[in-house]
Amino acid sequence: MAVAASPRANKAKVAIAQLSWSAAKPAPLVLVSGGEGFLADRAISMIREQLRAADPSLEVSDVDASSYSPGQLLTLASPSLFGEPRLIRVSNVEKCNDDFLVDALDYVASPDSETTVILRHDGGVRGKKLLDSLRAGNGGGIEIICAELKSDSDKFDFATGEFRQAGRKISAGALRSLVSAFAGSGAELASACQQLISDAVGEISDRTVDDYYGGRIEATAFKVVDSAVAGRLGDALLTLRHALSSGADPVPVVAAFAAKLRLMAKISGDRRSAGELAGAVGAAPWQIDRARKDLQGWNEPGLARAIEAIADADANVKGGGRDPVYAVERMVMIVASYGRD
Amino acid sequence: MSVWDELVGQKEAIAVFRAAAESGLAVSPGRVQAGVDTVGKAASMNDASMTHSWLVTGPPGSGRSNLAYAFAAALLCRNGGCGDCPDCKQVAARTHPDLATLTTEAVIIKIEDVRELVRGSQFSPAVSRYRVIVIEDADRMAERTSNVLLKALEEPPERTVWILCAPSEADLIPTIRSRVRSVRLRVPSIPDVAELIMARDGVTNEVAERAARHAQSHIGMAHRLATNPEAHTRRDETLRLALGLSGVRDAVLAAARMIEIATDDAKALTDERDASELESTRRSMGVATGDAVPAQLRSHIKNLEDHQKRRATRSLRDGLDRILVDLLSLYRDILRLQLGVETSLINEELEAGLRAAATARTAADTLATMEAIGVARTRIDSNVSPVLAIEALMIRAARKEAA
Ligand SMILES: [Zn+2]
Repeated sequence: MAVAASPRANKAKVAIAQLSWSAAKPAPLVLVSGGEGFLADRAISMIREQLRAADPSLEVSDVDASSYSPGQLLTLASPSLFGEPRLIRVSNVEKCNDDFLVDALDYVASPDSETTVILRHDGGVRGKKLLDSLRAGNGGGIEIICAELKSDSDKFDFATGEFRQAGRKISAGALRSLVSAFAGSGAELASACQQLISDAVGEISDRTVDDYYGGRIEATAFKVVDSAVAGRLGDALLTLRHALSSGADPVPVVAAFAAKLRLMAKISGDRRSAGELAGAVGAAPWQIDRARKDLQGWNEPGLARAIEAIADADANVKGGGRDPVYAVERMVMIVASYGRD
Repeated sequence: MSVWDELVGQKEAIAVFRAAAESGLAVSPGRVQAGVDTVGKAASMNDASMTHSWLVTGPPGSGRSNLAYAFAAALLCRNGGCGDCPDCKQVAARTHPDLATLTTEAVIIKIEDVRELVRGSQFSPAVSRYRVIVIEDADRMAERTSNVLLKALEEPPERTVWILCAPSEADLIPTIRSRVRSVRLRVPSIPDVAELIMARDGVTNEVAERAARHAQSHIGMAHRLATNPEAHTRRDETLRLALGLSGVRDAVLAAARMIEIATDDAKALTDERDASELESTRRSMGVATGDAVPAQLRSHIKNLEDHQKRRATRSLRDGLDRILVDLLSLYRDILRLQLGVETSLINEELEAGLRAAATARTAADTLATMEAIGVARTRIDSNVSPVLAIEALMIRAARKEAA
């Protein structure tokens, strides 16, 4: 995992070990940081498993830092009669209330040696004082970084690791289809990897991935649209051909184009704020911002021409035309030339 | 009063059916002629003979099924279709024991339904002189299904009368065509339809005239526009949206709104129809409004409800089709103005907007838009996303100067 890529890691002076999620291990204080929730969940459960393996009498408790009441932490961490080890999982540290901050800073100053406290913080500035204190080395903590799997290469690396760890062979092409099918969500990519590992027999090929997730290859549709709308014809056609040749259905590709251009057309020339427009056109503000960006390079006749081409392609892929693949490619070409044909 | 009173602009057809029903009255049931002399086109208007198989053709909204049921009433009523007796009322409610009907909202009539009708056709009438079977959309039969019907038409029991309805003779297979006597309806004139609407729905002359004109003589549509203010408002909004287009943004927003309108319209139509069907089913089972349905009859209600659910999609398509028909009337008006024809606008209420549109664009643009309406219809029929089909249409409509 890209440890150095975490901006937070570079800001304050860091005096503690920073590990990737796959190297998660117990310590009196464990800061689990970063925005990739499913990796954080994994890291936290790995720590619990290790503690339980060391002593099955482990007592696990959960604390929500956003609704914390004073004294809770100390009560849970105070030594019991029989000296069972404790694991306290604290969630929502990024939304913690002031009571929690006060108690946590106290606790960091003198942690209990039989207790593991995991602090889950998924980003943002709230609780920064606590994070800085931990990272400065107070309490003998470690940090596990679960940065979001943003780029395709992050996801590719992640998936590669999943199969390697399970001792399973998977072809490079299969990995690529898998990653592009689940481009939207790291968690879904992870569960898809796990499903293939547990269900598929032998080496995992392109074919296997298609059998399992053929429908999901639709996610590539959005990649084709994004490239085309930005005028990157080569990328768009390449992704399209790859998707179609691995058996993807052209219908969702056309639908993705329609949805994209529709929103662009709806907001074109409208100077209202994203917030105001959101209600008016039934889209989220971030989608409006995105569509505004997409509109660069486009003009009114181009949008009109593109939407007509999409309608034409839809008719063709739904049985009206002799060559649906050509129809979709033509649509991609028209869109990638900003509707200038 | 008689069952023929409410039929508009179909004097010739009514004369044929009346004569047939009366000739049947004149002869005793046993002497009704067998169906060998029935080759449709050969039969002339003054041929008053009663035959066993009839086909009523005419464009949508011309009142095919109304005429079919009037004829059915005339055959089943002891007074030749008085409109007042229990027979006539039962025909109107589709509950007469000697009347069987087949209507479908589905795209295709099920072969099993036709088989059942054919089985029923073999029995003698229970109370009347005839057993009458009406198939409302006989054009929606696959060939295999048509052949099942054909057998029944070839050897009809003496007192069974089939009445089929279809848009045109060409919609039936030739072997059936040659077995039926065909009666063609005309598109009734706007004044005829207006007169009917005024009499039947008790609306003012103005409302009736406007509804008949907007519906372009489609009787069912005119009735709706005259009696349902929301239906009228929806139509008006559709046309104003189309007149107000000035660019791609308007076009896409207008398309989104039109889909909403079509959905609302379809929903309203479905609700009205479902409620009235449910009511008439309850009535035919002897359950008064508001009373609980007895357990042993619940499966009937359940079947009806299932059927109603299944056909919901078809009515959305109908809603879209309605919008396209209305839009076509708009561009027809614009084209007339562009060509200097100033009379008989369908949408005369929108005259100012129509004139502005007529000068803003060329006749070639208008023709291209009308063509685009046809394209949109074909696309929707072949399952293109309706929003997308309407968007492309509105974009064409917004464009100036034909390509
Ligand atoms: Zn009567």
